[in-house]
Amino acid sequence: ARHSITLSTSKMAGADGDDSLYPIAVLIDELRNEDVQLRLNSIKKLSTIALALGVERTRTELLPFLTDTIYDEDEVLLALAEQLGNFTMLVGGPEYVHCLLPPLESLATVEETVVRDKAVESLRKISQEHSPVDLEVHFEPLVKRLASGDWFTSRTSACGLFSVCYPRVSSTVKAEIRQHFRTLCSDDTPMVRRAAASKLGEFAKVLELDYVKSDIISLFTALASDEQDSVRLLAVEACVSIATLLPQEDLETLVMPTLRQAAEDKSWRVRYMVADKFSELQKAVGPEITKNDLVPAFQNLLKDCEAEVRAAAANKVKEFCENLPEDSREQIIMTHILPCVKELVSDTNQHVKSALASVIMGLSTILGKDNTVEHLLPLFLAQLKDECPEVRLNIISNLDCVNEVIGIRQLSQSLLPAIVELAEDAKWRVRLAIIEYMPLLAGQLGVEFFDEKLNTLCMAWLIDHVYAIREAATCNLMKLVEKFGAEWAQNTIVPKVLGMANDPNYLHRMTTLFCINALSEACGQDITTKQMLPVVLKMSNDQVANVRFNVAKSLQKIGPVLDSNALQSEVKPVLEKLATDTDMDVKYFAQEAISGKLVFPPPAAETSLYVRFYRSGKPDDHAVFLSSSTVLSLIAFVVHADVLL
Amino acid sequence: MGEDTNDDVPTPPPHQHPHRGFLPDHNYVTEADIISTVEFNHTGELLATGDKGGRVVIFQREPEGKTEPFSQGEYNVYSTFQSHEPEFDYLKSLEIEEKINKIRWLPQQNAAHFLLSTNDKTIKLWKVSERDKRPEGYNLKDEEGRIKDISTVTSLQVPVLMPMDLMVEVSPRRVFANAHTYHVNSISVNSDCETYLSADDLRINLWHLGITDRSFNIVDIKPANMEDLTEVITAAEFHPFHCNLFVYSSSKGTLRLCDMREQALCDKHSKLFEEPEDPSARSFFSEIISSVSDVKFSHSGRYLLTRDYLTAKVWDLNMENKPLETYQVHDYLRSKLCSLYENDCIFDKFECAWNGSDSVIMTGAYNNFFRMFDRNTKRDVTLEASRESSKPRAVLKPRRVCAAGSKRRKDDISVDSLDFSKKILHTAWHPAENIIAIAATNNLYIFQDKLNSEMH
Repeated sequence: ARHSITLSTSKMAGADGDDSLYPIAVLIDELRNEDVQLRLNSIKKLSTIALALGVERTRTELLPFLTDTIYDEDEVLLALAEQLGNFTMLVGGPEYVHCLLPPLESLATVEETVVRDKAVESLRKISQEHSPVDLEVHFEPLVKRLASGDWFTSRTSACGLFSVCYPRVSSTVKAEIRQHFRTLCSDDTPMVRRAAASKLGEFAKVLELDYVKSDIISLFTALASDEQDSVRLLAVEACVSIATLLPQEDLETLVMPTLRQAAEDKSWRVRYMVADKFSELQKAVGPEITKNDLVPAFQNLLKDCEAEVRAAAANKVKEFCENLPEDSREQIIMTHILPCVKELVSDTNQHVKSALASVIMGLSTILGKDNTVEHLLPLFLAQLKDECPEVRLNIISNLDCVNEVIGIRQLSQSLLPAIVELAEDAKWRVRLAIIEYMPLLAGQLGVEFFDEKLNTLCMAWLIDHVYAIREAATCNLMKLVEKFGAEWAQNTIVPKVLGMANDPNYLHRMTTLFCINALSEACGQDITTKQMLPVVLKMSNDQVANVRFNVAKSLQKIGPVLDSNALQSEVKPVLEKLATDTDMDVKYFAQEAISGKLVFPPPAAETSLYVRFYRSGKPDDHAVFLSSSTVLSLIAFVVHADVLL
Repeated sequence: MGEDTNDDVPTPPPHQHPHRGFLPDHNYVTEADIISTVEFNHTGELLATGDKGGRVVIFQREPEGKTEPFSQGEYNVYSTFQSHEPEFDYLKSLEIEEKINKIRWLPQQNAAHFLLSTNDKTIKLWKVSERDKRPEGYNLKDEEGRIKDISTVTSLQVPVLMPMDLMVEVSPRRVFANAHTYHVNSISVNSDCETYLSADDLRINLWHLGITDRSFNIVDIKPANMEDLTEVITAAEFHPFHCNLFVYSSSKGTLRLCDMREQALCDKHSKLFEEPEDPSARSFFSEIISSVSDVKFSHSGRYLLTRDYLTAKVWDLNMENKPLETYQVHDYLRSKLCSLYENDCIFDKFECAWNGSDSVIMTGAYNNFFRMFDRNTKRDVTLEASRESSKPRAVLKPRRVCAAGSKRRKDDISVDSLDFSKKILHTAWHPAENIIAIAATNNLYIFQDKLNSEMH
């Protein structure tokens, strides 16, 4: 299929003076254009160039040229490295695949990690296309050259290639490969040792078990006690793969001493890695070692002096408990884990508390109703009152787990003040986060509780002074209506929403329109036509142009829900009137609505926003990353504020 | 120990050979030409200088065995580029100078060389590489760029690479910006080859060399209320091979050694090096002159060299309560601190350097003088970097400053005639050989041990 289109190009290009030569000639010339973007385009169409040249000229002219173009920008080199991985057919098939090795070899030595990694990825790919003979004649010498290169860039690249050729070469070559890997594991530069450590697990998988025991274990032990923290922590990852490969009876002698040492490493970064990989380690070493070794190790990590480590361990509490052997699970949790968890609830570091809060609710399913009520509930309640909003949010966002076990009523009395406080938090991002949980909470607390306690909050958000909150509040209403039905909407929220159409603040009047946009579909034709449409039409006379053009947009949005009668007799005249409005924007949107061209994305997709907090020196000094849609809505807010002035 | 008490030249005698004036045709000194940092790379093959005009000049040591008898080991300009431009911070209404505060080379990873350069705010990673081939052959135009008649294009031509004269290219690889509120005074590459630190007056940040949009704050000494500020960070450096250790010095004359293994935040030091103050010597200037202007780990990693206004000190990592050795750089200035305070010289930040075997230390002084102290023989020498005294291949004569009141010998210079505008703040020592680079305002002097050069 790859050739069907382009074979003809190849033929034409060969013919003298043919016009089809021109686009290819342009592509080739642009390989060395001053403009990076043009070079990049050309490289991305390298297969077209190669097809035009034919396999012979690709091998003898194009590839030698590419081999020497490693001076280029990273993005060009990255594209080149990727292209070459799919080039086998273009150089004449598996028989000639080794021609691709020289350019990839030079790409595997550049300083930019992404380019090197891509070159290695392509090399791994084409290694599969080498025949066993070619692998030994061409590929394996390349690996050796890289492994004994002068610069550490080439040696790091070699680390990723051993595992792909090892299974397919003779036993003599295998011995050489093992020797090369051993050498790289004790390389002078930490960069190479890191590369070797990160590929140790992968290499171990393709080795014969005897060699795993004789070679890999000693390398693993050496890397795990490397002087550089950054090497030791990678050995933890390898530990998982190695432990999976070994029979249970060897684990104690071959792996456990190293793992124990890593869990108590002097460097917090290594302990962090152990905490971060704890579930994988637990699965790899099996239930017996878990009971005897990992439980105390996990306790220590939960009590670690470094907050980063405690937070990583806290994140694993649920998974760790889940994977404990069933016969002793409850006993271990109650006597060993829960006491540590209790301490973490009042940890001094908010990241630790918030990590715990994101998983602690999961313990209730494991421990069952009685234990949850007696032991966990006080912890949930304490976290619901935590001073840090993120902790409270994490508890609320996981309520479903508890609901299944003890029902949410047990919690609701404490829940309400927590929700109200978050709903009124001074930080708009916190308010935004709690809004997003409203539909979930509503579903679990039931319509009665919701109407009584939470409905007012939901309506208050509609007149929040931050646009993003108003927008999310609108979307929230839509989800509530989907949950509770049109009748509920008609009785509880539609009157309030429509009432805002007479608000003196034009921003609130616009919120009415946004709500109608969101609710019309969920409320159905009847409510939309009879209750909402008249309000929208009336607003077409609003004195603020922003409201008027939003009327036009709303009419277009709710159009599909309305019956054709209303469309013709009521909507069309209003739109036609707006199309002659004095304001340019109103005119524009009215005309767009009439011609029905504009299709707006559903608001649900726009509200996805994530906020990440990064650790930094001061508790309040955090970096916040917002998705572009939020940035857009913030800009929108600024624009509206402008209009107001 | 006394000052220049020996009449014979102490070892190693850094006979100068050869000297190079940096921008030698300038008879006047423009501010932009003043050299602000000097740094050898890890092999000593390259030497980089930065100046107040934001430029970086890289010198390369000529390969040995050239035709000219004395050209061996000579450093010639390899590449010059503009690293930083003046900027303006509109939010704070502050000018950001283009002056290069520090240059640090990365360990060599492939045929190219990499260095970090920083001004007050922004750190940049540069790649210095060579190119000796260029592509030739277009399909649709000739080499001069004239478009060919399309009808004459009957076959496709793939460009070929032809040899050309060696060209050195410098390209910006990464820009690490927006992480420092105060002025960056130090950068230091970690022995793990993947991270580095940058220090400003109040904070130290840890960066990954590949990631520009995130750095971790590891030290923060900013008090909650800036009025409580009593101390600033003056310099910081990583240990040469223990990736977890770094040291930073302060304006109060202390050194703090931090272990990154213990905590993510290194606000708590693991060792504090501080010499108790002598109450009898206390004066108005005590605090100012005790401020540490530079700190350097020895190559062995065992010692720390610090420089304050009047002395250079060597500390043993295992002894926190006092320095192992204290060297008087220009004790004769003790009586002139008042006038040095008035002309702001007392705030000059002198740097210091170790020789390759950690047996000799070097630091600058005024009047284009620089000092060397041999730690084993306890001999010291004052030398002068000036065009008059250092003709190519001439041997540098030791100089002597005669303190006020003491007997003056021939060739001695009196303290009162020292030129305080000629100061040597930045010096560097070749990592293995006795070659030193001295920045004297806008001139760079490179001196080489004579014995050493004869051995070649």
